[in-house]
Amino acid sequence: MSFDTNLDQDTATAIDIDRSKGDFTFPEKHKYDAGRGLTKATVDYISDVKKDPDWVREFRHRGLEVFESKPMPTNWATKDLENIDFDIIRYYLSDGERPKRSWDEVPDEVKETFERLGIPEQERAFLAGVEAQYDSEAAYSNMKEDLEKQGVIFVNSTEGLKEYEEIFRPWFGKVIPTGDNKFSALNSAVFSGGSFIYVPKGVKLAQPLQAYFRINSENFGQFERTLIIADEGAEVTYMEGCTAPKFETSTLHSAVVELVALEGAKIQYITVQNWSSNVYNLVTKRGMAHKNAEVRWIDCNIGSRLTMKYPGVVMKGEGARGEVISIALANDGQHQDTGAKMIHAADNTSSNVVSKSISVGEGRSTYRGQVHIPKHLKGCKNNTECDALLINSNSRTDTYPAITVRGNQHVTQHEASVSQVSEEMLFYMMQRGIGEGEAMSLAVNGFINDLVREFPMEYSVELKRLIELEMEGSVG
Amino acid sequence: MSLVIENLHAKIEDTEILKGVSLEIPKGEVHAIMGPNGSGKSTLSKILAGHEDYEVTAGTATMDGEDLLEMEVDERSRAGLFLAFQYPSEVPGVSNANFLRAARQARLPKGEEIDAVKFYHEMYEKMDVLEMDRKFTARAVNEGFSGGEKKRNEILQMMMLDPKYCLLDETDSGLDIDALKVVAKGVNAMRSPDRGFLLITHYQRLLDYIQPDHVHVMADGKIVRSGGKELALELEEQGYEFLKEVAAA
Repeated sequence: MSFDTNLDQDTATAIDIDRSKGDFTFPEKHKYDAGRGLTKATVDYISDVKKDPDWVREFRHRGLEVFESKPMPTNWATKDLENIDFDIIRYYLSDGERPKRSWDEVPDEVKETFERLGIPEQERAFLAGVEAQYDSEAAYSNMKEDLEKQGVIFVNSTEGLKEYEEIFRPWFGKVIPTGDNKFSALNSAVFSGGSFIYVPKGVKLAQPLQAYFRINSENFGQFERTLIIADEGAEVTYMEGCTAPKFETSTLHSAVVELVALEGAKIQYITVQNWSSNVYNLVTKRGMAHKNAEVRWIDCNIGSRLTMKYPGVVMKGEGARGEVISIALANDGQHQDTGAKMIHAADNTSSNVVSKSISVGEGRSTYRGQVHIPKHLKGCKNNTECDALLINSNSRTDTYPAITVRGNQHVTQHEASVSQVSEEMLFYMMQRGIGEGEAMSLAVNGFINDLVREFPMEYSVELKRLIELEMEGSVG
Repeated sequence: MSLVIENLHAKIEDTEILKGVSLEIPKGEVHAIMGPNGSGKSTLSKILAGHEDYEVTAGTATMDGEDLLEMEVDERSRAGLFLAFQYPSEVPGVSNANFLRAARQARLPKGEEIDAVKFYHEMYEKMDVLEMDRKFTARAVNEGFSGGEKKRNEILQMMMLDPKYCLLDETDSGLDIDALKVVAKGVNAMRSPDRGFLLITHYQRLLDYIQPDHVHVMADGKIVRSGGKELALELEEQGYEFLKEVAAA
């Protein structure tokens, strides 16, 4: 991979920080393997294995056509996208088993993987339900019984589209159309796994549902597809975590996540990703908020080689609210290209974007924000804050805000800042006996402290630990 | 047992700032360095703490026999050297309590955790001496602090870290008389046969509240006079005019 050979020794060492938690693999044992490269035959293979209904097969075919017809978005995004070799990627790997409802039935190696990542433990401690995906398919999926009785559906997308077609199909691909971008089209062609959630009218989940996405195989592409529907007045928090081992070659993760919050509903979607530095993470996430509904994205991006992700909210009904809170940390050899899209499509809608990025060493972080308020609306509000912290003199950050506000009955506010951990601050902290690495991670944790509070306790502890690990490799 | 500085020379870029400073601060004593602005007295404290902007070109500095100049900034601190800053840095988003905890934690052997209950108890006790509000522990380090609050915070950190040698760089600057009294109370409470102090100050005022054992006058990167506490009073009356005579001689 050209990317590795261009790095000097120090940088290579810096990348090699301790990711011991996620950096392990088990031998592959796949019954179904779509092989390398992407053709119509690959798509049909996936459809056959999954026993897709015809409408899904057609949906996939169209996805492939759009994917092939769309150019790489290198006119505005990084040229590094050109280094993705779609011909060596494997698009579908599974053992052909249905997801299990008990960890005891999950194959030992898969079970051990998730145990090492702490998933069964978290499930017992504070989760309402868990889905654990291993390569292309869910290995485990379970939810507390009382939620099932209340009519909550929490299954993988394959099961969702077959068993609950009448709820699934009307919204599937509606928030994010196939042609939204090249990677949403790719996902549409080869999607597998991901969650389907439906929360009935007025049901409010006190505990979060969680999905964990694990890549185990080299040169693999993970393309989960998640659809969450909160019916009128319903409330749900969904959390996703993701890891992959560190391979020599690149791995692709390209998910599509659609959220639908019907009148008065609230959806909160929390991501803590810790991809290894060989992963291209190109994800499309968007929510639709109907009248007085609320969609919040809380997004933390650590690791990966390149992340491109701009969670969005379309505020479709009057009084709808959208929010994106995001933390990105770009270490050596990494580019976090993240941001938010706020599309105001009704009166009196309000949106809030708070983004904090940290660039370490030669890491690069980019913020892209789009806020759209058309002329015919009134009473819309947007607040955007994006702050960047640079750790080293060769770190890089760019900000591309695009705020389109037409009409004069709206309130928008935009603030951006770039700061550095100053030598004087470090000297001060070290004069108190705190080591350089620890001082850096204190400073970084301080920088994002107000956002970390938005994460559930269990995740904020994990987040702080991850950041400490990242910072340890960044100094000395 | 003392902090010993011998013939210390140091420069920043091409400008020589210290031109042969010698000073011995035994444990149990309070020394004061006075002198006009630009004499190098603040620089001396930064160099002892290990600020990387300055390069030591000659001389030595040892703390109870250990070579300070060979140690990293954080090692010097853990070995027992404390600098109360003239302009303490802000550390946004990091609470005072967490900051102090990290500093205390850094002093423990690997694998050992500080006892949080004891830690808070001790911190509150010391805050009471300094007349600090309890809410202060949750505020970010020095962020939005008044001058007086910053200086009190320095003294609190000093009390919590239990150093062997304390350097106080212009701690009196920007303090009103009430704050000065509180700060002095904290320092006086820490005076002990096991601890040495070096007070760096421009004015006699601080020395009304913290009585020094020895007073030194620094000018142009050197110590030009040393004496007892009466020297401070003499300076107060006569100003730094006499230095011109010293320079001329």
